[in-house]
Amino acid sequence: MRPDAYAITIILLAATVESGTILLFPIIGEIFTERSGILNLGIEGMMIIGALVGFATAFMTGQIYWAFFMGMLAGGLASLIHAFISITLRGNQVVSGLALSIFGLGVTNFYGQEFVNLQLAHTIPQVIIPGLSQIPFFGPILFKQDYMVYLSYILVIITWFILFKTKAGIQLRAVGQNAQAADAMGVNVYKVRYFWTFFGGLMAGAGGAYLTLNCAPFWLDGITAGRGWVAIALVIFARWNPPYALIGAYLFGAINALQFQLQSMGTTIPSALLSMQPYFLTFILIIVATLLVKAKHIGVPKELGIPYAREEK
Amino acid sequence: MGAIVLQVKNISKHFPGVLANDHINFDLRKGEIHTLLGENGAGKTTLMNILDGIYYPDEGEIYLNGKKVDIRSPFEATKNGIGMIHQHFMLVDTLTVLENVVLGLESQGFYLNKKKIAERIKEISQNYNLNINPYAKIWQLSVGEQQRVEIIKTLFRGAKILIMDEPTAVLTPQEADTLFKILRRMIKEDKSIIFISHKLDEVMKISDRITVLRKGKLVGTVDKKEIKQKELAKMMVGREVLFRLDRNPIRRKGEVLKIEDLETHNDKGIIILRGINFSLPGGEIFGLAGVSGNGQTELAEVIVGLRRAIAGKVYIKGEEVTNLCPKAITKEGTNYIPPDRLKVGLVPNLSTVENAILRRYDREPISRGIFLNYEEAAKYTRELIKQFNIMVPRENAPVKFLSGGNLQKLILAREIREEPALLIAVHPSRGLDVGATEFVRKKLLEERDQGVAILLISEDLEELLMISDRIGVIYEGKIVGMVDIDDANINEIGLMMAGVHKNPLLKGEENVKV
Ligand SMILES: Nc1ncnc2c1ncn2[C@@H]1O[C@H](COP(=O)(O)OP(=O)(O)OP(=O)(O)O)[C@@H](O)[C@H]1O
Ligand SMILES: [Mg+2]
Repeated sequence: MRPDAYAITIILLAATVESGTILLFPIIGEIFTERSGILNLGIEGMMIIGALVGFATAFMTGQIYWAFFMGMLAGGLASLIHAFISITLRGNQVVSGLALSIFGLGVTNFYGQEFVNLQLAHTIPQVIIPGLSQIPFFGPILFKQDYMVYLSYILVIITWFILFKTKAGIQLRAVGQNAQAADAMGVNVYKVRYFWTFFGGLMAGAGGAYLTLNCAPFWLDGITAGRGWVAIALVIFARWNPPYALIGAYLFGAINALQFQLQSMGTTIPSALLSMQPYFLTFILIIVATLLVKAKHIGVPKELGIPYAREEK
Repeated sequence: MGAIVLQVKNISKHFPGVLANDHINFDLRKGEIHTLLGENGAGKTTLMNILDGIYYPDEGEIYLNGKKVDIRSPFEATKNGIGMIHQHFMLVDTLTVLENVVLGLESQGFYLNKKKIAERIKEISQNYNLNINPYAKIWQLSVGEQQRVEIIKTLFRGAKILIMDEPTAVLTPQEADTLFKILRRMIKEDKSIIFISHKLDEVMKISDRITVLRKGKLVGTVDKKEIKQKELAKMMVGREVLFRLDRNPIRRKGEVLKIEDLETHNDKGIIILRGINFSLPGGEIFGLAGVSGNGQTELAEVIVGLRRAIAGKVYIKGEEVTNLCPKAITKEGTNYIPPDRLKVGLVPNLSTVENAILRRYDREPISRGIFLNYEEAAKYTRELIKQFNIMVPRENAPVKFLSGGNLQKLILAREIREEPALLIAVHPSRGLDVGATEFVRKKLLEERDQGVAILLISEDLEELLMISDRIGVIYEGKIVGMVDIDDANINEIGLMMAGVHKNPLLKGEENVKV
């Protein structure tokens, strides 16, 4: 029995990383968008657009990496709608974000019709990293994955570095904490906000594409199943800091993986109840995160959701 | 004095409903401190914001060293050697000093070489005696230190012209003196400074020349040596101003407020009041002095119910009101003039009328069942406006467009009209011009003569000495000294505010070092 349990654990944890990666991209993106003071509730919409564009591209061209890139780009382009409304027009960010989510679901429902129930012949291939994958226990979990997962590792490090060690990071944090001060110091508030909102869109698109190109390589209406909303919640859990995003995403991925495992082993628990677990976990994480944020006084970016105009009082 | 470095010609700027600057001419010489003086809403900040590129003028020209320039953003102002320190500091709380300094600088690469920048900050800091740790977070610094960070910021960018909008409004007298030393040092190095202040004595002390604005128009520019303080005030307000207020003899009656061993947290969850005790009779103004951040605003908030006490008791007219809700405490006859006009005192986006009735919208005749009687509300508001001489261009426009002095008068009017037994006033005249200041102080004295107990929290020692009957000093959450006004000595109080005290009225303790 022993080696078996060990093998299952490895499989489960490897699946955790995969499943977590779908969320990791959008969480990191939203962290940066929110750090700049823009709240984008349109992640669900951007993710599903990315998911469909990625899937369709892969289906038609067979180029899996190209498909990933296209999905990412689609998410980025979708985010520009939100950027235009909330930055240039100074509209209500909550309404605009919700509209973007609804738009994404609607538009993919329409254009996805011809793909329903089709399946991809190839998913993103596994790339085993020599050496690192030999590390006992962690090796097969972390380094027998694919390029996208490796990209997400690098992303966590790079984004953390950008946020805290570079000029761009300081500008970003300043704009989100006190846009007026940043402006007075010569930072272009609009440019910073556009850039990071677009980045958030790219990342949401990437998450969506990773979903349909790897974890669920077929097309179904509403395939993102609320992951975009979970990502928004996990941003709070991550306290706007990329390394914590990793923890949040993988916790969520773990529950997801476990639930699949249980379902495939044929438990007596109703599958609907099982599928609910990840969303239930989200609530718990938010409660924990909110308490932490309160206790440690690490606040939300102060300007979150507030449009900026120079001559206004 | 040197050549003209900056010249402003015929600058005009409109805002909806006001002409904030009306064809202003102004010049600045190398190595001078040029003060800009004027009532609240005279247009000083607007003019400075134009120089800093935050606003763009409707009309007029700006010349730097004889060359015409077009300043369209703060970034371009910096490039032209203009640095501004705003009335409200432009610092990002959560960042360090260093990060604030490099914010928006072009000359830095992608990666920040923090060591090199810190060295440069230390160099500037030493040169001007600024004494700032580059790695401290802004929210950890005192107001005076934050201001020095602002100065470092402009120096780091190589500013030749420094604009300071009411820098001393938030400083203690000692901090202000330190600032003046820094400014003098700067003009020795051929920098030029535009200085804004409402405090005439310091204007007389520091300026070389003075320009006066009134209601958006230029009144004139004078040499400091050729004018007296009295004349300046007249130029500014257009009438004589009293610098001394006559006080009737005190008639104390009953105990209105009693505080026992009060303790509370501040916003960051740190204990900020550590056992406050005092009592306040009707008909007395009790002035509480202290450097900001020593718990005085939190004390006011606990009394009016906006902050929970974690220990101790508050009694109003003998009844315990500790941790009751603000409305219940107001019912006991407590009214409040908060330190932050637009955040706590008023609702910025509601109209003047709606703000004026905030204390009585739920009472007859303004309230009629579930409806509001807007006619009554407007009538009541006009009464306040007339009685307190408030300048309100449009009574249905959002209140946030009123100038600082008029906002303050509106709050004062609203609160005093409730005929309180206890009035808590926090920095009631901060940032107000001499005319408005005089008005507010007179009103407080009138209330005192009516038998109201007044707790006056202020950092302005002159003000405390002018109208209080008794002065207490708060330091690190404790009252470390209390003196009757006749025994009060400004230096001694200053020392107590800094934490070293010698006090006759505190029982049992003498020459305590805190
Ligand atoms: N952004 C704005 N929108 C509308 N009106 C404004 C704006 N900024 C200033 N004003 C108005 O312009 C006038 C001049 O304001 P300004 O702030 O320049 O006065 P000030 O001289 O600096 O007064 P204070 O001594 O109170 O700081 C005031 O009537 C003010 O209400
Ligand atoms: Mg001003």
